[in-house]
Amino acid sequence: MPQEFKHHQSAHCENGVATSLLKYHGMDFMTEPLVFGIGSGLFYIHIPFLMINGGPAVSYRSMPGWIFSRASKLLGLNVTRKKFSNEEKAKEFLEQKIKEGIPVGCQVGVFNLPYFPPEYRFHFNAHNLIVYGKEGNDYLISDPVMEKVTKLSEEDMMKVRFAKGPFAPNGHIYFPENIKKVSDDILRRAIVKGIKRNSRDMLHVPGPIAGVSGINFTAKHIRKWRGKLGAKKAALYLGQIVRMQEEIGTGGGGFRFIYAAFLEQSAGILKDDKLISISDEFTKAGDLWRTSAVQMGRIYKGRLDEQKYYDECADMLNQISAIEKEAFKRLLKLDLKY
Amino acid sequence: MKKEEVPQDKSALEKVTRELMYVKNSDGKYTTDLSTGWEVKKEALDNAWDDINERVKEAALAVKNGERSPVAYFMELKLMDLAVLSGYTGFWGFTIKRHMKPNVFKNLSENKLIIYAKAFGISVDELKNFKG
Repeated sequence: MPQEFKHHQSAHCENGVATSLLKYHGMDFMTEPLVFGIGSGLFYIHIPFLMINGGPAVSYRSMPGWIFSRASKLLGLNVTRKKFSNEEKAKEFLEQKIKEGIPVGCQVGVFNLPYFPPEYRFHFNAHNLIVYGKEGNDYLISDPVMEKVTKLSEEDMMKVRFAKGPFAPNGHIYFPENIKKVSDDILRRAIVKGIKRNSRDMLHVPGPIAGVSGINFTAKHIRKWRGKLGAKKAALYLGQIVRMQEEIGTGGGGFRFIYAAFLEQSAGILKDDKLISISDEFTKAGDLWRTSAVQMGRIYKGRLDEQKYYDECADMLNQISAIEKEAFKRLLKLDLKY
Repeated sequence: MKKEEVPQDKSALEKVTRELMYVKNSDGKYTTDLSTGWEVKKEALDNAWDDINERVKEAALAVKNGERSPVAYFMELKLMDLAVLSGYTGFWGFTIKRHMKPNVFKNLSENKLIIYAKAFGISVDELKNFKG
């Protein structure tokens, strides 16, 4: 029932949709950091040769959709997902869910999302929002990155659900099912499993481009950009990294703070104070991500233009990689009880 | 990040929303706070837009000089690349590249022009008659 749905703002869209939907289904204890942590959301990957908006492709979190799926599975729930090739069928399904009074998550492209400011409307197709009802021709929307609820007309809804290009949503719609009460034991087990999986992902993903070694991979590239691409393009590339890192709905440095908050909350739930000091390490990493963004900013604003400033950025990334590596190693070594 | 360090700079999000951030309060515990924007980010975004505007201008000039077709111009104007345009039109990337040649574009069927116009959200006339 629409009037029962409560909007919760979050730092990141997928976390936010997951948190709100789980809260709606009676898990009042759910928070964005818990979903993110249990879903092993922290990650890093620099995909070589792939360009996004003419710049390097880096990501600070795991694949779109994984956070919610992993978290739900560990909590003993299922997430039902549907994609459509037929636009009318996609609409019918959504209308059906609204009639049943079930709020659903939808993957959308932001290029045609009317309530976003034009400056932010790129062809980015992995945004998430909740549809929780309908009034006349308008869907009632809870977009987790927005402070307040909003609306989308039927026409706009169709456009954003069937945006095209990389990560095209194809009307992707999802909602949790098989909902049962999550006991304290299940929650504790989910937290421990989530931490272990995230540590393994960041430390032991094979190859140089992902996990903590992926951060060094980017650092290595930054050192070469100015000589290889010229000052102008190199500066644009840095700008792209900062946008991927700190922009609304992506929050890369921000993800470190969310993870730190997750560990802090977990310390309380698992009654294990050792997690607090590791949480501090992630806060440190998040702060350093932001400091590196400031340094990159000085370069793309054109105030600094010498190779040594690029090297300074790269040094910071190496430092971040080392901090995160050490922190995840400590997490793996902890003999967490559940 | 500490609560008092949350940036409250001007940004394009003004009057639309504020961003939620996880920050430490004075007791060293995590809490959330709202930020209006951060200058470092705003400048990265401004920079990206400068670059886009420059590319659009170059594409317009190329159309004017008869080097490229309007498809190339509108692709830049609508912030697309080959992958996105290919998604909206169903044409392969190399086909689109061919359609960016003025003398190939000249002979495109009405059907194909309609597909492009729809992808760009413009009329066929606007597409056909763009002169740079």
